[in-house]
Amino acid sequence: MATQHSRSAARIMMAPAVFFLLVWMLVPLCMTLWFSVRDFRPLRGGDNGFVGLENFVRFVSSSAFWPAILTTLMIVGGVLLISIVFGVLLAILLDKPMWGQGIVRILVIAPFFVMPTVSALVWKNMFMDSVNGVFAHLWRFFGADPVVWLSEVPTFSIVMIVSWQWLPFATLILLTAIQSLDSEQLEAAEMDGASPLSRFFYITLPHLSRAITIVVLIQTIFLLAIFAEIFVTTGGAFGTRTLTYLIFQRVLESQNVGLGSAGGVYAIILANIVALFLMRIVGKNLDK
Amino acid sequence: MARAVTTQRKALNTAVAWIIGLLIFFPILWTILTSFKTEADAIANPPVLFAFDWTLENYAEVMERSNYGRFLSNSIIIAGGSTILGIIIAVPAAWSMAFVPSKRTKDILLWMLSTKMLPAVGVLYPIYLLCIQLGVLDNRFALVVILMLINLPIIVWMLYTYFKEIPGEILEAARMDGASLKEEILYVLTPMAVPGIASTLLLNFILAWNEAFWTLNLTSVDAAPLTAFIASYSSPEGLFFAKLSAASTMAIAPILILGWFSQKQLVRGLTFGAVK
Amino acid sequence: MSSKTLIRTTSALALCLTASAALAQDTTITIATVNNGDMIRMQGYTDQFTEATGIAVEWVTLEENVLRQRVTTDITTNGGQFDIMTIGMYETPIWGANGWLVPLDNLSEEYNVDDILPAMRGGLSHEGTLYAAPFYGESSMVMYRTDLMEAAGLEMPEAPTWQFIREAAAAMTDRENDINGICLRGKAGWGEGGAFITAMSNSFGARWFDMDWNAQFDTQPWLDTLTFFEGMMSESGPAGYATNGFTENLNLFNQGLCGMWIDATVAASFVTNPEDSEVADSVGFALAPDNGLGVRSNWLWAWALAIPAGTQQSDAALQFIEWATSSDYIELVAENEGWANVPPGARTSLYENPNYISVPFAQMTLDSILSADPNNSTVEPSPYVGIQFAAIPEFAGIASEVSQEFSAFYAGQQTVEEALANAQAITSEAMEAAGY
Repeated sequence: MATQHSRSAARIMMAPAVFFLLVWMLVPLCMTLWFSVRDFRPLRGGDNGFVGLENFVRFVSSSAFWPAILTTLMIVGGVLLISIVFGVLLAILLDKPMWGQGIVRILVIAPFFVMPTVSALVWKNMFMDSVNGVFAHLWRFFGADPVVWLSEVPTFSIVMIVSWQWLPFATLILLTAIQSLDSEQLEAAEMDGASPLSRFFYITLPHLSRAITIVVLIQTIFLLAIFAEIFVTTGGAFGTRTLTYLIFQRVLESQNVGLGSAGGVYAIILANIVALFLMRIVGKNLDK
Repeated sequence: MARAVTTQRKALNTAVAWIIGLLIFFPILWTILTSFKTEADAIANPPVLFAFDWTLENYAEVMERSNYGRFLSNSIIIAGGSTILGIIIAVPAAWSMAFVPSKRTKDILLWMLSTKMLPAVGVLYPIYLLCIQLGVLDNRFALVVILMLINLPIIVWMLYTYFKEIPGEILEAARMDGASLKEEILYVLTPMAVPGIASTLLLNFILAWNEAFWTLNLTSVDAAPLTAFIASYSSPEGLFFAKLSAASTMAIAPILILGWFSQKQLVRGLTFGAVK
Repeated sequence: MSSKTLIRTTSALALCLTASAALAQDTTITIATVNNGDMIRMQGYTDQFTEATGIAVEWVTLEENVLRQRVTTDITTNGGQFDIMTIGMYETPIWGANGWLVPLDNLSEEYNVDDILPAMRGGLSHEGTLYAAPFYGESSMVMYRTDLMEAAGLEMPEAPTWQFIREAAAAMTDRENDINGICLRGKAGWGEGGAFITAMSNSFGARWFDMDWNAQFDTQPWLDTLTFFEGMMSESGPAGYATNGFTENLNLFNQGLCGMWIDATVAASFVTNPEDSEVADSVGFALAPDNGLGVRSNWLWAWALAIPAGTQQSDAALQFIEWATSSDYIELVAENEGWANVPPGARTSLYENPNYISVPFAQMTLDSILSADPNNSTVEPSPYVGIQFAAIPEFAGIASEVSQEFSAFYAGQQTVEEALANAQAITSEAMEAAGY
């Protein structure tokens, strides 16, 4: 159906977006690659020349590397798990008839509008503070010793903060998907005597699989890059150092741009492994 | 009989949903309430929810210390500018992907998303040096372009999935009637896609508004948005919960209000093709 | 909301901005500064400077960690975003040596540069040239609750030992009423818990490096320091001290939840201010503790104003620095806010002023500053300058990771041996990479 004419028009129309993104990808990528093979330390005379793969070796052999990868995967995985499990439940709930649905929906999506720095500051100081935080008051009210969130369960605390921000997003997408579910199908299943649980697993969940994949894909992209939530709360202490944070420490705290750039290259590789993995699934799901 | 059951169920649903909704909203509510307390009330043990002496002194102090108007207008310009610019570039691209798909369309789409995966901290020095070379440090336009590039893949993706849902026959018909490509996009496609475009606009405005790495590191005075504003209120000396709350409320209030008023539009188009 | 309205609003706002910019004075300087009380107070008085000189001032106020990140990126790339930067004793000599700062060698006669306390002047110079003017200076000392001390039947000596502090802390602790005998920094970060433990380790005979720049975390004094610190804090410290820094401890102390607090001398004016502190009238001061080895555990620091070499406005910047760090500014603050609230620790004349020396913490602050010697900070000789830091570019990165290891030990996530072994590995690795 597409003519030769519309094909070339299509190409022209796509050109600006592709061009800009190509530049935006290639310029930093090339600069990162360039710096990663150089001894570039701004506080030690700047660019001290070519060092081959030394930065790459040093970055991986540092004792912080593997724990950082693990932390990254734990935080991304944890947030995904929470936002999808609770997102599905919340979406099912919000789809049911109730009074004041509009207002409840407004309440639920509100955290998505809060900037990460603000959300981290508010959670850290006003909720997780072990003396004056809301949680500490709550714990004391029930006669328990307040939890020192950021040192006793640091990774969980960060996962909780980030999940709070991203749960609304997941809920929204899943809600639109649920609303498109054919209610006759569900009613028919109910007539046939299917339990609510089996209705959920055999009808609702399969219907949502596509929406879930998309939530996973989009959130992963954002979650791999979280920074403010860690910078503000633990500063990378107590095993909450992600790969992104480790690169930050190398580049800005240690002022070793070469080493940090090598870390950047690793991060790109990790991101692409994750992406490839995801896109396999998404691609399949999107083709359906 | 059946009627009674549904009312009961509805009441139960309502109760559970409201409790969960309020729990999720509570941190924001608490921040807003705390912003009207004195510093001493803010850390009172046990905490008070409403029965405190309401005061505006925190807001007065924040207004006196910071040029809030400038931070706010920078946020609006940067987030708004990058969103509009992004839409202008993304609409034609998404159109051609949706209606003239080729074998590589999906690859291109996924590649676009993958450009979002370069860790920002890793390229801070290169980009900073580049901005110095181009003389665009602390420049609103530079941030508009950078944030546009960061969010472009998401914009294209959203529009693409939305356009794909528009039946091709309508375009065929328009073409039969002799509409040019431009007319086809302007008069046939765009009106049908308005909900999708509105939702895309909103989502990207939110994402750009909340971007806190480049907006903080590439600005100082002239282009500094609200993300930089909030950086001067975190952990100073002494009691600061109330002032921090006031500053936080001021930083999120505009986007929260915008989001609430437009949530219908936002929700309608926020499917990313999840619904067939 | 339509895009038309958005465009209209945006352009209207843009117009307003251009208009307001056009009205501004000819010369405008941009100052990057930290968001602490004295700096924010100074911003309030800036109008007077602008009135007197016609130079407008733009402030970029940031939290300490963000500030460091911003100014370091800008100075190393010669970005020229700021005309004045607020930096500390750690950065100044390193940046000065790199030629990134404008030397402050033509300060005016009236400014009287010789009035700056020698310890501060030394710490802010490189090879005898001053590169930053101190806005305020600090050491660290013991602040304690006189009422609780009395109730415990103890008397604080002028110069306590660590053993006394530990015993007093245990005696003052009252878990029933949430009174912690002692509050100290355990928070990760080289300027937070890292600074405290390093200063403390000096009095235990520890050092970061030996004369050949080998890391020393495998030595007994470090083990003693960490074991003592953790032991004392679990006996008498607040729960979760591993995440407490300066601000958290200040709030605890002001809420009456600490018997003792060893921290920056500038905190003295906050804890004795009845507006902020519930215990303002019962605070006493003493020198930071020692172990009889000849070195006390107090540090030396200054927040200072420096002019980056890349600026076009160095004259205006210099004018501002002379105004902000002058004796006249101190008097201006004293007149409006009282002598207790002036920026302390920078000028000799302040401590000769009879109005000031009657402030309860003035003498102890001066004594603490005078007893700190950055060139001779350790019991055994060390190759570096600095008390709670080593003034080499690599230190900030290393120490922030080392202090994370220590905090993980305080939080019970690893043993002291593991923490020290990790610290040793991190430091050795980084020093080797840096070519030492």
